Amino acid sequence: MPSVLVSTTINGDAVEYACPQDETLLDSLRDRVGLTGVKEGCGTGDCGACSITLDGRLVCSCLVLGVEANGREITTVEGLSDGDKLHPLQEKFIEHAALQCGICTPGFLIAAKALLDRNPNPTVEEIRYGLAGNLCRCTGYDKIVRAVQAAAKQMRKK
Amino acid sequence: MLQVKLTGTLQSAVDDEAEVEIDAATIRELLTRLVERYPRMSKHLDEGIAVSINGEIYRDNWGTQIPDDAEVFLMPRIPGG
Amino acid sequence: MPQDTSYTHQKFNVIGTRPKRPDGIDKVTGRAKFGADTSAPGQLVGLILRSPHAHATIRKIDTSKAERLKGVKAVLTSADLPDLTDGDRAMLDILENCMARGRALYDGHAVAAVAAIDAQTAKKALKLIKVDYKVLPHVTDVDEAIKPGAPIIQDWVFTAGVEPKPKRPSNISQRTEFGHGDVEAGFAEADVIVERSYKTEQTHQGYIEPHACLASVRPDGSGELWVTTQGHFTFRNICSSLLGMDVAKLKVTASEIGGGFGGKTHVWMEPVALALSRKANRPVKLVMSRDEVFRATGPTCSTSVDVKIGAKKDGTITAATAELRYQNGAFPNIWGMLGAMTSFACYDLKNVKSIGYDILCNRPKVAAYRAPSAPMAAFGVESTMDLVAAEIGMDPVDFRIKNAAKEGTLASYGPTYGPIGIGPTLEAVKNHPHMRARLGKNQGRGMACGFWFNFGGQTCTDLNIGIDGTVTLTVGTVDVGGSRASLSLIAAEELGIPYDQVITNIADTASLGFNDMTEGSRGTFSSGMAAIFAARNAIEVLRKRAAQMWEIPVEAVVWEKGEAKAMGKKHGNLPQLSLKEIAAKAPNTGGPIAGHSEVVADNAGVSFASHICDVEVDPETGATKVIRYTVIQDAGKAIHPDYVEGQFQGGAVQGIGWALNEEYIYGEDGRLQNAGFLDYRMPVCSDIPFIDTQILEIPNPNHPYGVRGVGETSIVPPLAAIGNAVSNAVGVRLSHVPMSPPRILKALVEASGS
Repeated sequence: MPSVLVSTTINGDAVEYACPQDETLLDSLRDRVGLTGVKEGCGTGDCGACSITLDGRLVCSCLVLGVEANGREITTVEGLSDGDKLHPLQEKFIEHAALQCGICTPGFLIAAKALLDRNPNPTVEEIRYGLAGNLCRCTGYDKIVRAVQAAAKQMRKK
Repeated sequence: MLQVKLTGTLQSAVDDEAEVEIDAATIRELLTRLVERYPRMSKHLDEGIAVSINGEIYRDNWGTQIPDDAEVFLMPRIPGG
Repeated sequence: MPQDTSYTHQKFNVIGTRPKRPDGIDKVTGRAKFGADTSAPGQLVGLILRSPHAHATIRKIDTSKAERLKGVKAVLTSADLPDLTDGDRAMLDILENCMARGRALYDGHAVAAVAAIDAQTAKKALKLIKVDYKVLPHVTDVDEAIKPGAPIIQDWVFTAGVEPKPKRPSNISQRTEFGHGDVEAGFAEADVIVERSYKTEQTHQGYIEPHACLASVRPDGSGELWVTTQGHFTFRNICSSLLGMDVAKLKVTASEIGGGFGGKTHVWMEPVALALSRKANRPVKLVMSRDEVFRATGPTCSTSVDVKIGAKKDGTITAATAELRYQNGAFPNIWGMLGAMTSFACYDLKNVKSIGYDILCNRPKVAAYRAPSAPMAAFGVESTMDLVAAEIGMDPVDFRIKNAAKEGTLASYGPTYGPIGIGPTLEAVKNHPHMRARLGKNQGRGMACGFWFNFGGQTCTDLNIGIDGTVTLTVGTVDVGGSRASLSLIAAEELGIPYDQVITNIADTASLGFNDMTEGSRGTFSSGMAAIFAARNAIEVLRKRAAQMWEIPVEAVVWEKGEAKAMGKKHGNLPQLSLKEIAAKAPNTGGPIAGHSEVVADNAGVSFASHICDVEVDPETGATKVIRYTVIQDAGKAIHPDYVEGQFQGGAVQGIGWALNEEYIYGEDGRLQNAGFLDYRMPVCSDIPFIDTQILEIPNPNHPYGVRGVGETSIVPPLAAIGNAVSNAVGVRLSHVPMSPPRILKALVEASGS
């Protein structure tokens, strides 16, 4: 299958890559662009480890084709920090021990950011449903929810 | 003389005794003498074995001293998750 | 005494604080490299072809078309993996599980593998491999597997532990028995006897990171393996042995590990990746899909358990028995034995007997899953405990307290206990506000206890002091959930310096001595112990160097609060020397300052937990929601309480998933029907409440800081705690896990007689 040239914007930078038409965006990001912070946990859109935002919308990159990113804007976990300053969600995840193994963390951070962008002051229930597309097997979610609450609080102060 | 109790399938290696008497001061001596007396024990040593001395479980430290009046239990080596 | 393990009773400076983990930034920025996150120049993509049949003879494998496909660099079958195991059946089982040898034993069993220049080519090549199967009758249910006429899975397996020695092969690989006293006499004394049977379905550890490795073998017989594993040293030994490589010539590096819970203590496809690389003379990256993880790695057992408990009206248990049938998958192991050992470990019983059966089925080889075998036994025993308490009209917590094991109790699995925590966790349950909270309509509360052994094991650690006084602690246990932070805390405590001054690294197999796997809740326990000993050895060196700098005898130097202090009338006025000051002079006082330690960290200290759970059951649908959950567990000493709580919470939620939803579903054809996260449903954030924790600290007398393992026990009580809560909510006893909506609904309908 011939490859297609894709021009896209990733974490604010213009990026080009060529990929086969049937390749997932997840594979393009990991294998062609080198963004291995985007994780594959299932390849079927059930675990959320590959979460990114595409034009601001939260998606599983394993359910999007690499060629579909043409002309669009992508944010991955690698683009969350502002220069040398961690995003408040990143800070609070570390501070609240919201990660154990850390494999699901990139996806949770992206999903949590999408949630807070939409709803800066979510209730616990809104956080729990907002993150229900992401599987974590280590933490039991307790410290993740608390970290998102703490980050939301800090972000509202600004 | 130590009274050594055996659990599970280990008993079949010592002629189905639940308890045997062995003269040993360390785990190494204990296991060596057991195999001398019951050659079928060597298979279990290869598969891995654990020794409980007064309730504390040892899996590898064969140099461990065994007090005279200790309660000694032999059990298969157990994996964890 | 550097290697003295005794509890020091010391007052701690940094132990028990909650600093940030050193690998946190890499893990929140995507920089941390897990199994699938690395690559090598010229690397190939490896893929494995798997059997679609539960049980079949492999007559022939034709790989010629695949070999001819452009871009294919190696095709592999068992013919490329000669048996070098020299009669070691356990090793041959590992090899056969990695690649079928003339027979497929379960749906998903590997039969061939390819390495090609890219994923597309590798996929095409798999389709070109022709396997000629002769399908055989199969069995996937543990009770069916022991019925007369069931297909025999391993013709070399004769039931061990029974007399006379069987003459025919059997799917029961062994029978094991534990206990003491006279159970018949005990039951004769009982006022009440309850006897019940239980079933639990097979579940998977469900780590989010699939197995992944990058193998590179050179034509001179040396090689490297980058892999997600709980034990890179063990992987090195097993892989080199199976492939006929020298141990020292295979360097294994543990990647960051995206969860393991026991599932990454076994090799599943790493020897295949190495063999592909050797055949192609190129690096090969092999990453499992989720479907492969479910079908072809090691879930835990499905079980069938009978429990009988007799008690007097005053609540004294007079006798208890359990018969436990554990499904091991296609290869024999000791999981039923473990179930038999753990079943009654929480209680002080005069007459007790538990019999474990290990049973083969056409399912994947079972692996450890967090306190392996204990949750299923606890489900049966703790459910029956509640039934007995109800029969004699006693509060279930009081009933357990009355019978709880304590120091001096003869454990049901043999030894006599030292100081243990089951009693204190039960007292904590009794006094917990959770027990007094009001319940609403359709809600119920349950509690249950759990036990796990915990292990230590072989451990090797280096501690090196830099020229600026910062400290590198190098360990060989992987960081599954914050252990770098805990181990830095321990080294800092022992040296008397701040946490920030210590950095903990995980060494590859070429850089450190052998370490057992990170299993059995041993990571922080044993590497922590080795770190203490390494620090004590470094302090000896630091004292010598300070003595040199002062030109006084070393006997006059003591180490206090991170500084060398000169003692006695003659030297007492010398200003103290900090670790930094001594480190700065190291080049001229004898060179690098380091402490090493090699230790077998035995005596990890048994662990107990009690959990409380509230559920709400929808009587229309049978759907159950956990609305409140409390974990109370003895940690010995919590080094970094955040990560201890994390272990408690994570284990509890895995248990909740097991109790309510998760199960392997096999079709009549012997194929796994739900090999994906959509149909194998693990708990998500919106399913779960906050998990409250209470850490008890009953010091382990055999660790300088009193540490016990904490990782596993938290998964033991949930099945039973939820079972008891559901039963209290709906008034019907549930005896089959998972208690999914259809099963609860069925039980409700049957109970109402409609």
